[in-house]
Amino acid sequence: MDKLINDLKVQIIAQLNLQDIKPEDIADDQPLFIEGLGLDSIDALELIVLLQQQYKIKLSNPSDGPKVFYSVKTMAEYITANQS
Amino acid sequence: MALETYINAVCRISDHTIIKNGETVFSNPNDDLSAFLISSYKHLNINYPKFYKMDNLSKLGFLASEVLLQHSFKAEEYLPQDIGIVLANANASLDTDIKYFETVKDIPGPSLFVYTLPNIVIGEISIRNNFKGENAFFVFERFDTNFIETYIRNLLDSDVLNACICGWVEVLENEHKAVLFLIETNMTNGSIFFTKENINKYIANG
Amino acid sequence: MQSPVLIAGLGIISAIGNNTSENITALENGIAGMGDIIYLNSIHRQKIPVAEVKMSNEELAGRSGLSSQISRTALLGTIAAEEAFNDSGIRGLANTRIGFVSANTVGGMDKTEQFFSEFLTNPQKGRLRDVVHHECGSITEIIAEKLGISNFVTTISTACSSSANAIIYAARLIKNNILDAVVAGGADALTKFTLNGFNTLMILDSDACKPFDENRKGLNLGEGAAYVVLVSGSLIAKLKKDPYCKLSGYCNANDAFHQTASSPEGEGSFLAMQGALKNSGLNPRDIDYINLHGTGTQNNDISEGIAIKRLFGPVYPKMSSTKSFTGHTLGASGSVEAVLSALSVKHGMVYPNLRFDTPMQGLPFAPETKFSKNEPIEHVLSNSFGFGGNCSSLIFSKN
Repeated sequence: MDKLINDLKVQIIAQLNLQDIKPEDIADDQPLFIEGLGLDSIDALELIVLLQQQYKIKLSNPSDGPKVFYSVKTMAEYITANQS
Repeated sequence: MALETYINAVCRISDHTIIKNGETVFSNPNDDLSAFLISSYKHLNINYPKFYKMDNLSKLGFLASEVLLQHSFKAEEYLPQDIGIVLANANASLDTDIKYFETVKDIPGPSLFVYTLPNIVIGEISIRNNFKGENAFFVFERFDTNFIETYIRNLLDSDVLNACICGWVEVLENEHKAVLFLIETNMTNGSIFFTKENINKYIANG
Repeated sequence: MQSPVLIAGLGIISAIGNNTSENITALENGIAGMGDIIYLNSIHRQKIPVAEVKMSNEELAGRSGLSSQISRTALLGTIAAEEAFNDSGIRGLANTRIGFVSANTVGGMDKTEQFFSEFLTNPQKGRLRDVVHHECGSITEIIAEKLGISNFVTTISTACSSSANAIIYAARLIKNNILDAVVAGGADALTKFTLNGFNTLMILDSDACKPFDENRKGLNLGEGAAYVVLVSGSLIAKLKKDPYCKLSGYCNANDAFHQTASSPEGEGSFLAMQGALKNSGLNPRDIDYINLHGTGTQNNDISEGIAIKRLFGPVYPKMSSTKSFTGHTLGASGSVEAVLSALSVKHGMVYPNLRFDTPMQGLPFAPETKFSKNEPIEHVLSNSFGFGGNCSSLIFSKN
């Protein structure tokens, strides 16, 4: 899980063009949206693309988004649960 | 009522150089466009992380507007809906269209698709500065001084706007050119009259 | 004293008809234009409904007198612009300063993406002449040439408000006595570029859209073209014909909130509508019908709805979204809806908002669900809100 979380931080930074941020700046439990990294609706769509491209998981229902993408940790848990 | 209108600031970005009111602000001749835009952002100490998500056209227009407005514009003297933006270029959003289209092969990129419209750069400048007045984006083969002068003058004369950012913002691969004018009806220290001749002085190549 | 701006001619081609009278017939009979993808060669066939014009490129070429190798955007634009120009009676008039202002967002993208897929497999393949008319300005020039207008030709590209802005710009040219008449509007063809892009933004409905409904799921992409011929007061007198109506007011504003989403309080929409009313000297209660932007997305409809509540409450005019018929025609939507709004004033028509079942929570009004005509319609407000926060409102009034 730790390696996945670290990989995810690197991938999120690259996918969302968060150029001023380093992986160690993102806490595992930190909310990604609203406060925290202040991501918006387009960033959420990019995270859906990230899931598909890196982990072959398709999130077809955008309303699951807020739960899955709440923090890096919840993303990692979702990936672990849904990877075949 | 016809008011006197003034160019109160000019910012030109071309050949990897940023020039405000005729003076060089920053230059980085060895970089490709993407690297130049980021090094400019850092040099200018602008703290606006959303910059990194923009495409090159929006980055160029945004930077030109930041330099244009800094120390030259008092937004608090206006209502948001009295400040507008009128821009033009020849290639619309072609640079990003190509980049977006490349992602369609695999998974279409949503954040790239957002920028496949040339007027998004106007949106970015508006969001940053809370400008809510009339805004338009025209597609011309080359900068049309006559058009821009007549159009902006009309907007200010008929009270549609009290201040306007207008000009040209163009990006295609590493080719780039932005020339932005700040047009107002109040005279300041550095004001020059808003005339076709004065516009042409800054638009001319070189 | 500035000239009034009258509408002397109309032209439209959309998913519900290939000319003005066919469009009216479909609206009157509740026949919507969305369905399975027929003409576009897309992987989304049978998955995503769209509102295509029901003619192949060969058929459009035949009707427009252009080659079928020309971009579909230009073919659609030419057909609608010709209809408007012929309808107006100004064609061939001597000593008349005429201009052409056209909007589109995709340009010749349909030909470019064809070229690109061939080019990708083999760099020797793909016909370069397919990409020659890629850019937006080129499409405008093709149509202008067909109309025989060369002096004053301009292209606007501001997303979904593009052709409404073309009409605003054209009105100013007439008011300032720069031109006597302007053919103004826009065209956009359906392309894989836009279909894939909107799909990736997850704002498409997998069924026919339900604008302003609590359970709406997104928009349906459409295609089409529409033009109005705006003329000055002195020219309409010369033409000795009754105009459809006059363009009595307009306004454009920026929402300054997000690149693609509208602000929760609908500020941009509010400013555009309020500004158009001020420009026309009218009050909210003077408006008899609002042709909504009403795309059917969660975000647009509530934002537009709240702006309407703020501006019109507590008494609301009739309103509906004709995108429930035509789909969202992007760069053409402003002028498609301008044509429908002008016809609304002329014939007292109010169009239904198809597939509406449940009012949106928090909004004390609902759109019309039945077609009616010969209503006492004096003033119609038409909204077009585009990405980049670009919001435009036009007001059409009885002359």
